[in-house]
Amino acid sequence: MMRARVLIRPKAGILDPQGVAVERALPALGFAGVANVHVGRLVELDVEDPAQLESMCEKLLANPLVEDYEIVLEG
Amino acid sequence: MKFGVLQFPGSCDEIDALNAAKRVGDAELLWHGDRDLKGVDAIVVPGGFSYGDYLRAGAIARFAPIMESVIDFANDGGLVLGICNGFQVLCEARLLPGALLGNINRRFTFRQVGLEVLNSGGSFTHGCALGERLSIPAKHSWGRYYADAQTLAAMDRAGQLVLRYAAGENFNGSVHDIAGVSNERGNVFGLMPHPEHAIDELVGGSSDGLKIFESMRLTVEGARV
Repeated sequence: MMRARVLIRPKAGILDPQGVAVERALPALGFAGVANVHVGRLVELDVEDPAQLESMCEKLLANPLVEDYEIVLEG
Repeated sequence: MKFGVLQFPGSCDEIDALNAAKRVGDAELLWHGDRDLKGVDAIVVPGGFSYGDYLRAGAIARFAPIMESVIDFANDGGLVLGICNGFQVLCEARLLPGALLGNINRRFTFRQVGLEVLNSGGSFTHGCALGERLSIPAKHSWGRYYADAQTLAAMDRAGQLVLRYAAGENFNGSVHDIAGVSNERGNVFGLMPHPEHAIDELVGGSSDGLKIFESMRLTVEGARV
Protein backbone atom coordinates (compact mmCIF):
# COMPACT_ATOMS: atom_id res chain seq x y z
CA MET A 1 0.00 0.00 0.00
CA MET A 2 1.15 3.49 -0.74
CA ARG A 3 0.12 6.56 1.18
CA ALA A 4 -1.37 9.28 -0.96
CA ARG A 5 -2.67 12.75 -0.28
CA VAL A 6 -5.10 14.43 -2.64
CA LEU A 7 -5.32 18.21 -2.37
CA ILE A 8 -8.52 19.66 -3.78
CA ARG A 9 -8.91 23.39 -4.43
CA PRO A 10 -11.52 25.63 -5.97
CA LYS A 11 -10.58 26.32 -9.60
CA ALA A 12 -8.89 29.64 -10.27
CA GLY A 13 -11.41 32.29 -11.25
CA ILE A 14 -14.30 30.75 -9.30
CA LEU A 15 -15.22 32.82 -6.28
CA ASP A 16 -14.22 31.09 -3.03
CA PRO A 17 -16.27 32.71 -0.23
CA GLN A 18 -14.50 30.67 2.47
CA GLY A 19 -11.11 31.90 1.26
CA VAL A 20 -12.38 35.48 1.20
CA ALA A 21 -13.72 35.15 4.76
CA VAL A 22 -10.41 33.81 6.07
CA GLU A 23 -8.46 36.46 4.19
CA ARG A 24 -10.55 39.16 5.86
CA ALA A 25 -10.31 37.54 9.30
CA LEU A 26 -6.51 37.37 9.43
CA PRO A 27 -5.86 41.14 9.44
CA ALA A 28 -8.47 41.48 12.18
CA LEU A 29 -6.17 39.30 14.32
CA GLY A 30 -3.16 41.45 13.48
CA PHE A 31 -1.69 39.29 10.67
CA ALA A 32 -0.80 41.69 7.89
CA GLY A 33 0.45 40.91 4.39
CA VAL A 34 -1.82 37.95 3.52
CA ALA A 35 -3.37 37.56 0.06
CA ASN A 36 -4.94 34.98 -2.27
CA VAL A 37 -6.31 32.71 0.47
CA HIS A 38 -8.18 29.64 -0.78
CA VAL A 39 -9.77 26.93 1.32
CA GLY A 40 -9.85 23.42 -0.10
CA ARG A 41 -10.03 19.81 1.08
CA LEU A 42 -7.44 17.16 1.90
CA VAL A 43 -8.17 13.49 1.28
CA GLU A 44 -5.60 11.01 2.67
CA LEU A 45 -5.71 7.41 1.58
CA ASP A 46 -3.66 4.22 1.28
CA VAL A 47 -3.85 2.68 -2.18
CA GLU A 48 -2.50 -0.50 -3.71
CA ASP A 49 -2.47 0.95 -7.20
CA PRO A 50 -1.60 4.67 -7.29
CA ALA A 51 -2.31 4.67 -11.02
CA GLN A 52 -6.01 4.62 -10.13
CA LEU A 53 -5.84 7.89 -8.17
CA GLU A 54 -6.39 10.08 -11.21
CA SER A 55 -9.59 8.23 -12.08
CA MET A 56 -10.75 8.33 -8.42
CA CYS A 57 -10.34 12.11 -8.49
CA GLU A 58 -12.19 12.54 -11.77
CA LYS A 59 -15.10 10.32 -10.70
CA LEU A 60 -15.57 11.05 -7.02
CA LEU A 61 -12.93 12.84 -4.93
CA ALA A 62 -13.11 16.10 -6.88
CA ASN A 63 -15.63 17.74 -9.18
CA PRO A 64 -13.39 18.66 -12.13
CA LEU A 65 -15.91 21.25 -13.36
CA VAL A 66 -15.19 23.47 -10.38
CA GLU A 67 -12.17 22.00 -8.55
CA ASP A 68 -8.51 21.32 -9.31
CA TYR A 69 -6.77 18.42 -7.63
CA GLU A 70 -3.16 17.55 -6.93
CA ILE A 71 -2.01 14.03 -6.08
CA VAL A 72 0.96 13.73 -3.72
CA LEU A 73 2.49 10.27 -3.12
CA GLU A 74 4.48 9.64 0.05
CA GLY A 75 7.50 7.42 0.48
CA MET B 1 -49.79 9.12 -14.23
CA LYS B 2 -47.50 7.99 -11.46
CA PHE B 3 -44.56 9.85 -9.95
CA GLY B 4 -41.69 8.05 -8.23
CA VAL B 5 -39.98 10.03 -5.45
CA LEU B 6 -36.50 8.83 -4.51
CA GLN B 7 -35.56 8.35 -0.87
CA PHE B 8 -31.91 8.40 0.19
CA PRO B 9 -30.51 8.23 3.71
CA GLY B 10 -30.60 11.93 4.67
CA SER B 11 -33.42 12.94 2.32
CA CYS B 12 -35.84 15.18 4.20
CA ASP B 13 -38.29 16.58 1.64
CA GLU B 14 -39.47 13.35 0.07
CA ILE B 15 -42.81 13.36 1.89
CA ASP B 16 -43.64 16.91 0.78
CA ALA B 17 -42.62 15.95 -2.76
CA LEU B 18 -44.85 12.87 -2.53
CA ASN B 19 -47.78 14.99 -1.33
CA ALA B 20 -47.23 17.55 -4.08
CA ALA B 21 -47.13 14.82 -6.73
CA LYS B 22 -50.33 13.31 -5.28
CA ARG B 23 -52.12 16.61 -5.92
CA VAL B 24 -51.78 15.96 -9.65
CA GLY B 25 -51.43 12.17 -9.92
CA ASP B 26 -50.36 8.99 -8.16
CA ALA B 27 -47.02 8.82 -6.38
CA GLU B 28 -44.85 6.43 -4.43
CA LEU B 29 -41.45 6.42 -2.76
CA LEU B 30 -38.52 4.59 -4.37
CA TRP B 31 -35.76 3.41 -2.01
CA HIS B 32 -32.16 4.30 -2.90
CA GLY B 33 -30.95 0.72 -2.55
CA ASP B 34 -33.45 -0.69 -5.05
CA ARG B 35 -33.12 -0.67 -8.82
CA ASP B 36 -36.78 -1.10 -9.74
CA LEU B 37 -38.52 2.12 -10.78
CA LYS B 38 -41.88 0.30 -10.46
CA GLY B 39 -43.23 1.56 -13.76
CA VAL B 40 -43.46 5.22 -12.77
CA ASP B 41 -43.91 7.87 -15.48
CA ALA B 42 -41.69 10.52 -13.90
CA ILE B 43 -39.00 10.72 -11.20
CA VAL B 44 -38.54 13.32 -8.47
CA VAL B 45 -35.14 13.51 -6.77
CA PRO B 46 -36.03 15.33 -3.54
CA GLY B 47 -34.27 17.77 -1.26
CA GLY B 48 -32.33 17.01 1.89
CA PHE B 49 -28.83 15.92 2.73
CA SER B 50 -28.37 12.59 0.95
CA TYR B 51 -25.56 10.56 2.54
CA GLY B 52 -24.91 13.48 4.88
CA ASP B 53 -23.66 15.66 2.01
CA TYR B 54 -20.28 14.00 2.64
CA LEU B 55 -17.48 15.04 0.29
CA ARG B 56 -19.79 17.29 -1.80
CA ALA B 57 -23.57 17.58 -1.84
CA GLY B 58 -24.90 14.84 -4.12
CA ALA B 59 -21.51 13.25 -4.78
CA ILE B 60 -22.27 9.94 -3.04
CA ALA B 61 -25.99 9.71 -3.89
CA ARG B 62 -25.08 9.76 -7.54
CA PHE B 63 -23.72 6.21 -7.12
CA ALA B 64 -26.78 4.77 -5.34
CA PRO B 65 -28.23 1.66 -7.06
CA ILE B 66 -31.50 3.47 -7.86
CA MET B 67 -29.54 6.18 -9.70
CA GLU B 68 -28.33 3.67 -12.29
CA SER B 69 -31.99 3.10 -13.20
CA VAL B 70 -32.76 6.83 -13.08
CA ILE B 71 -29.87 7.57 -15.47
CA ASP B 72 -31.18 4.91 -17.91
CA PHE B 73 -34.72 6.32 -17.50
CA ALA B 74 -33.46 9.85 -18.27
CA ASN B 75 -31.45 8.66 -21.26
CA ASP B 76 -34.63 7.02 -22.59
CA GLY B 77 -36.39 10.40 -22.39
CA GLY B 78 -38.19 9.96 -19.05
CA LEU B 79 -38.98 13.09 -17.01
CA VAL B 80 -36.66 13.65 -14.05
CA LEU B 81 -37.13 16.59 -11.65
CA GLY B 82 -34.37 17.41 -9.15
CA ILE B 83 -35.16 19.74 -6.26
CA CYS B 84 -32.37 21.32 -4.17
CA ASN B 85 -30.24 18.33 -3.10
CA GLY B 86 -31.86 16.50 -6.02
CA PHE B 87 -30.55 19.22 -8.36
CA GLN B 88 -27.09 18.71 -6.86
CA VAL B 89 -27.39 14.94 -7.38
CA LEU B 90 -28.39 15.39 -11.05
CA CYS B 91 -25.44 17.73 -11.65
CA GLU B 92 -23.04 15.29 -9.99
CA ALA B 93 -24.52 12.51 -12.14
CA ARG B 94 -23.89 14.73 -15.22
CA LEU B 95 -27.54 14.52 -16.17
CA LEU B 96 -27.49 18.32 -15.93
CA PRO B 97 -24.66 20.71 -16.85
CA GLY B 98 -22.81 22.75 -14.24
CA ALA B 99 -22.39 22.49 -10.48
CA LEU B 100 -23.74 23.96 -7.23
CA LEU B 101 -21.22 25.78 -5.04
CA GLY B 102 -21.40 27.22 -1.53
CA ASN B 103 -23.69 30.25 -1.16
CA ILE B 104 -21.88 33.53 -1.60
CA ASN B 105 -23.16 34.59 1.85
CA ARG B 106 -21.57 31.39 3.35
CA ARG B 107 -24.77 30.67 5.27
CA PHE B 108 -27.68 28.30 5.20
CA THR B 109 -30.44 30.61 4.04
CA PHE B 110 -34.18 30.01 4.13
CA ARG B 111 -36.46 32.52 2.44
CA GLN B 112 -39.29 32.89 -0.03
CA VAL B 113 -37.88 33.81 -3.44
CA GLY B 114 -39.38 35.31 -6.57
CA LEU B 115 -38.56 33.44 -9.76
CA GLU B 116 -39.06 34.34 -13.41
CA VAL B 117 -39.97 31.78 -16.05
CA LEU B 118 -37.51 32.16 -18.94
CA ASN B 119 -38.73 29.16 -20.93
CA SER B 120 -42.41 28.28 -20.78
CA GLY B 121 -42.21 25.80 -23.64
CA GLY B 122 -40.51 23.02 -21.72
CA SER B 123 -41.81 19.83 -20.12
CA PHE B 124 -41.65 21.26 -16.59
CA THR B 125 -42.92 24.80 -17.14
CA HIS B 126 -45.44 24.74 -19.98
CA GLY B 127 -48.15 25.24 -17.36
CA CYS B 128 -46.59 28.68 -16.78
CA ALA B 129 -46.60 31.82 -18.90
CA LEU B 130 -43.38 33.23 -20.33
CA GLY B 131 -42.04 35.79 -17.86
CA GLU B 132 -44.48 34.65 -15.17
CA ARG B 133 -43.29 35.29 -11.64
CA LEU B 134 -43.44 32.37 -9.20
CA SER B 135 -43.13 32.66 -5.43
CA ILE B 136 -41.44 29.57 -3.97
CA PRO B 137 -39.33 28.98 -0.84
CA ALA B 138 -35.61 28.23 -1.05
CA LYS B 139 -33.47 26.77 1.78
CA HIS B 140 -29.90 25.71 1.21
CA SER B 141 -26.20 26.29 1.84
CA TRP B 142 -24.89 25.02 -1.50
CA GLY B 143 -27.04 26.68 -4.14
CA ARG B 144 -24.71 28.89 -6.16
CA TYR B 145 -25.16 27.63 -9.70
CA TYR B 146 -22.01 27.70 -11.80
CA ALA B 147 -21.16 26.69 -15.35
CA ASP B 148 -18.40 28.08 -17.54
CA ALA B 149 -19.17 30.83 -20.07
CA GLN B 150 -19.11 28.53 -23.08
CA THR B 151 -21.53 26.08 -21.47
CA LEU B 152 -23.85 28.92 -20.42
CA ALA B 153 -23.94 30.36 -23.94
CA ALA B 154 -24.86 26.96 -25.38
CA MET B 155 -27.52 26.45 -22.68
CA ASP B 156 -28.98 29.87 -23.40
CA ARG B 157 -29.26 29.11 -27.13
CA ALA B 158 -30.92 25.76 -26.42
CA GLY B 159 -33.48 27.21 -23.98
CA GLN B 160 -32.00 25.34 -21.01
CA LEU B 161 -32.03 28.36 -18.70
CA VAL B 162 -35.58 27.77 -17.47
CA LEU B 163 -35.91 29.80 -14.25
CA ARG B 164 -34.01 32.74 -12.85
CA TYR B 165 -34.15 34.63 -9.59
CA ALA B 166 -36.06 37.89 -9.99
CA ALA B 167 -34.18 41.16 -9.40
CA GLY B 168 -32.81 41.27 -5.85
CA GLU B 169 -33.67 37.63 -5.08
CA ASN B 170 -30.39 35.91 -5.97
CA PHE B 171 -29.07 35.45 -2.42
CA ASN B 172 -26.76 32.55 -3.25
CA GLY B 173 -24.72 34.26 -5.99
CA SER B 174 -25.74 32.00 -8.89
CA VAL B 175 -24.21 32.98 -12.23
CA HIS B 176 -26.67 35.00 -14.37
CA ASP B 177 -29.22 34.65 -11.52
CA ILE B 178 -29.95 31.09 -12.67
CA ALA B 179 -32.37 29.20 -10.43
CA GLY B 180 -33.35 26.22 -12.61
CA VAL B 181 -31.89 24.52 -15.68
CA SER B 182 -32.75 21.64 -17.97
CA ASN B 183 -30.65 19.29 -20.05
CA GLU B 184 -30.41 19.84 -23.79
CA ARG B 185 -33.21 17.36 -24.52
CA GLY B 186 -35.46 19.07 -21.97
CA ASN B 187 -36.49 15.93 -20.06
CA VAL B 188 -34.29 16.52 -16.98
CA PHE B 189 -34.80 19.65 -14.89
CA GLY B 190 -33.24 20.86 -11.65
CA LEU B 191 -33.91 23.87 -9.44
CA MET B 192 -32.75 24.99 -6.01
CA PRO B 193 -36.08 26.43 -4.71
CA HIS B 194 -38.69 23.96 -3.46
CA PRO B 195 -41.91 23.78 -5.52
CA GLU B 196 -43.13 20.92 -3.29
CA HIS B 197 -43.27 23.38 -0.34
CA ALA B 198 -45.49 25.79 -2.29
CA ILE B 199 -48.59 23.77 -3.09
CA ASP B 200 -51.06 25.34 -0.69
CA GLU B 201 -51.55 29.04 -0.01
CA LEU B 202 -52.47 28.29 3.58
CA VAL B 203 -49.00 26.99 4.52
CA GLY B 204 -46.74 27.79 1.58
CA GLY B 205 -47.65 31.42 0.98
CA SER B 206 -48.41 30.41 -2.61
CA SER B 207 -49.36 27.37 -4.63
CA ASP B 208 -47.06 28.26 -7.53
CA GLY B 209 -45.00 25.10 -7.00
CA LEU B 210 -47.91 22.98 -8.19
CA LYS B 211 -47.42 24.42 -11.68
CA ILE B 212 -44.19 22.42 -12.02
CA PHE B 213 -45.90 19.14 -11.07
CA GLU B 214 -48.94 19.98 -13.20
CA SER B 215 -46.68 20.71 -16.18
CA MET B 216 -45.06 17.30 -15.75
CA ARG B 217 -48.48 15.63 -15.71
CA LEU B 218 -49.50 17.48 -18.89
CA THR B 219 -46.26 16.37 -20.55
CA VAL B 220 -46.70 12.71 -19.63
CA GLU B 221 -50.40 12.55 -20.44
CA GLY B 222 -49.98 14.64 -23.61
CA ALA B 223 -47.38 12.17 -24.84
CA ARG B 224 -49.84 9.30 -24.43
CA VAL B 225 -52.60 10.82 -26.56
